[in-house]
Amino acid sequence: MSTKAETLGTAPTEPRRIIGKRLEKKDALAKAQGRLPYAADFSASDMLYAKVVRSPYAVAAIAEINTESAKTVPGVRAVLTAKDIPHNSIVSRFGQSTDLGRQFEGTYRVLAEDQVRYYGEPVVLIAADSPEIAEKAAELIDVEYEPMPGVFTVQDAMKQGAPGVGGEKSNVVSHFEVRRGNVEEAFASADVIVENTYTVPMADHAYLEPESGMAWMDENGVLVIRVATQVIEHCYDIADILALSHSQVRVAGTWVGGGFGGKEDMTVEPYIAVLAWATKRPVKLTFTRQDSLIGHGKRHPFTMTYKTGVKRTGELVAVKAELIADAGAYVTLTPWVLLYATANACGPYEVPHVEISATAVLTNNCPSSAYRGFGAVQPNVAYESQMDELARQLGMGPVEFRRKNLIQQGSQLPHGHHYDRPVLADTVGSQVWEAIQARPLPSPRGDLRFGRGIAYSMTSYGRLMFLRDTSRCWIRLERDGTAVVRCGVPDIGGGQVSSLRFIVCEELGLGVDQVEVYNADSVLTPLAGTTTATRQLYMSGNATLAAAHELKRRLSEKAKSHLGPDIDRFAFEDGYIISQTDNRRVALSEIINECYHDGVEMYYEAQFNAPVVDIPTSAELNTPLFADYTFGAQAVDVAVDTKTGKVDVMRVVNGLDVGTVINRLNCEGQMEGGTVQNLGYALTEEVTAPDGIMTSTTFGEYLIPTTLDVPDIETIVIESGTGVGPYGAKGVGEPSCNGIAPAILNAIQDAVGIRVTSLPASPERVLSALQAL
Amino acid sequence: MTEKETPITLIVNGRTHRVFVSPSALLLNVLRDQLNVMGPKYGCGIGECGACSVLIDGELSLSCLTLAVSVMGHVITTVEAVVEDPVGKIVADKFLSHAAVQCGFCTPGMLVAATSLLQSERSPSEEDIRQHLRGNLCRCTGYAALVRSVQDAAESLDGEPDHEMRAGN
Repeated sequence: MSTKAETLGTAPTEPRRIIGKRLEKKDALAKAQGRLPYAADFSASDMLYAKVVRSPYAVAAIAEINTESAKTVPGVRAVLTAKDIPHNSIVSRFGQSTDLGRQFEGTYRVLAEDQVRYYGEPVVLIAADSPEIAEKAAELIDVEYEPMPGVFTVQDAMKQGAPGVGGEKSNVVSHFEVRRGNVEEAFASADVIVENTYTVPMADHAYLEPESGMAWMDENGVLVIRVATQVIEHCYDIADILALSHSQVRVAGTWVGGGFGGKEDMTVEPYIAVLAWATKRPVKLTFTRQDSLIGHGKRHPFTMTYKTGVKRTGELVAVKAELIADAGAYVTLTPWVLLYATANACGPYEVPHVEISATAVLTNNCPSSAYRGFGAVQPNVAYESQMDELARQLGMGPVEFRRKNLIQQGSQLPHGHHYDRPVLADTVGSQVWEAIQARPLPSPRGDLRFGRGIAYSMTSYGRLMFLRDTSRCWIRLERDGTAVVRCGVPDIGGGQVSSLRFIVCEELGLGVDQVEVYNADSVLTPLAGTTTATRQLYMSGNATLAAAHELKRRLSEKAKSHLGPDIDRFAFEDGYIISQTDNRRVALSEIINECYHDGVEMYYEAQFNAPVVDIPTSAELNTPLFADYTFGAQAVDVAVDTKTGKVDVMRVVNGLDVGTVINRLNCEGQMEGGTVQNLGYALTEEVTAPDGIMTSTTFGEYLIPTTLDVPDIETIVIESGTGVGPYGAKGVGEPSCNGIAPAILNAIQDAVGIRVTSLPASPERVLSALQAL
Repeated sequence: MTEKETPITLIVNGRTHRVFVSPSALLLNVLRDQLNVMGPKYGCGIGECGACSVLIDGELSLSCLTLAVSVMGHVITTVEAVVEDPVGKIVADKFLSHAAVQCGFCTPGMLVAATSLLQSERSPSEEDIRQHLRGNLCRCTGYAALVRSVQDAAESLDGEPDHEMRAGN
């Protein structure tokens, strides 16, 4: 195993003590020892256990729900249906966003009302003294369903006269376009044109921690929800559901056992909230794995038809693409995902003539929603397959061909963004390709054929700028020279909390054991926004930096009487403030005590505001959407067994321009983990649901990678220092998973000469493509 | 629900507990709900993820598939005691220094599994490690750091006198 790190671009102007080092996360020890409490580890003495009764049909009218016999079971404390919930249906918002027009609205329904739209849709809630009693009561719930015809493919859903999933005439719920130049004229001038239709499946996050939480009414009548979530701001949605005021609901987030977007929508919160509110007792709910796989939104399946034209000399002339996304049975975050996909449809390439049409359609499948990559991953599979195919037909190397077409600083992106930041995509891609080529591919042996492929990626970090994103962080210095940080950031395992700790340590010259971070409480910590969109380091990191800077300013003012007036030359190191002019020093704690004595506030809450743009006013995009992007490349070597069709990934090189490394261990860990998560997407993972009835409801059927499926992974970390996060950092979480799937498809093509256009590239699929040769 | 509960004796991490369980009670649930031993995690309930891994008489076992009544009198060791064992302590150290812990939910089970390997095989190959950990799913790390940690732990143990697993101490 090898891990290589390189630094390019702007070197840091001053040596850093903490930032960029290989540091252990403080929470890791308690996690390893089994001492760190997750949501399912909490309980209360008088607690009730919740059970969600789900629909066994994908599409059915609910004629009647009889709960009487369930209610008579001893120990059953509540049996609720939609009519028992003050506002069972709410218009879902997106984190902290304001009203953004109908295209961005989605109905959120706690329980099905007169009809179920998808298999497993919640219909009845039960709270009982034990899980066994709740289970028994669930068996006695008598729902009279009248099965109805449904639509399970986007093609069927778009047909004239198709059943309306949401009760409206059309199942189309979102549509965006990008137009530049004249694609038809451009295709006429192209020397080579490649056309393909790609399909990518519904995929599950498969975090190891099933959804869990507990809710109770506190002594003041405030509803408290302790839950594993990526979004503590769902307290406002819960308040709306129960017709409570916003100040009457508190979400206390726990350490989260994996999120990847799957704990971005509400999970158990509405169920336990409603039951605790109805029974006035603490209510706990932990999903079974089956509940989890059936009950949360998935990565959108896409059908993507691409036509790409290029000159003989290698310059792209036109891309025309039609993207169709399966939204599933409710809108959830679909419009946002589709917007990302539309903006990402051409990848990191300069294309003079572009026509993108993207449409999302309701079906009676499980709702699709947020998943790591959020609409950037699906088109990446298509455009990087197209790029590979074009390079082959032109007889050019994959890196050479891409180099001719990459965007550069100052390029105009097709959706209307003048991108004025440095683009190191070629540096990343060249190094990744060089690294994979350092070892030759094996020669064919027996049924095995070997191949090599590469794919590039461009992934935004930070939310859509028209959402006017904000984050806040509060720091207090103690008299002994230690610090307390409060920030609403949920930590889902990516080191979100430890990054903030390291920033405070770096700025104030403290050791990692001298800073405590308190996080993820919608009331007790300043709201920091969602742990989604690869935004927390960027947003909360900048807020933390700003708070630390203000405290440093106050301390420096006070330290003048000790060190002289030249505060620009003060350094904060190892518990001292040091004048770099003459090396005079004073203990940090002494200055803090002086500040306390003189009434200088030794706490500060900073807010970081992301840059903003106006909301798009038409479906045709012509405005910047994201503040910045992370550029990456992944290369793989594969072995294809021509007898069985099995693809084995032997090596992976994952390279990213991360801007600046905050914690090198975390950064590399994210890159390795992202690689493997989407290696599963490429080869084995697929949510299966014939006629809407989900059959992949265990890890025996939904196959995520194991230790045996994963190769050597080499990470190449480039530091351009050009990101918009603290110290020039870019985002890593989502970018690290992008690129691997098309790289594998391109390597399969290299090995056996077939273009797999549907994921996963399962043995069956590869074998049938081989047999069609 | 109306299953008759019977008293049994469980030896967990060196302590003897008297608990009342139904014949169908699973060891995982008894550990978590009755003995407040929270290290073993529920990840799937059907033996497909390894998050509930414990040692039973030193053998790697899935507590979600084990009936509590079937391990009466046997020595049950969870992550809480494994990290006090000299081998387990080294594995935990290496998990930290290689950042093999991200969300951490699979970690207790993974740590128990990795330690059980190094207790029986002091110099495992990379293939041995991958084979031994194949039943422990992790969605965050991509396994690379985990495999590196176990390799590093094995190197640290190399040349040291054999550590006896002191299960139950």
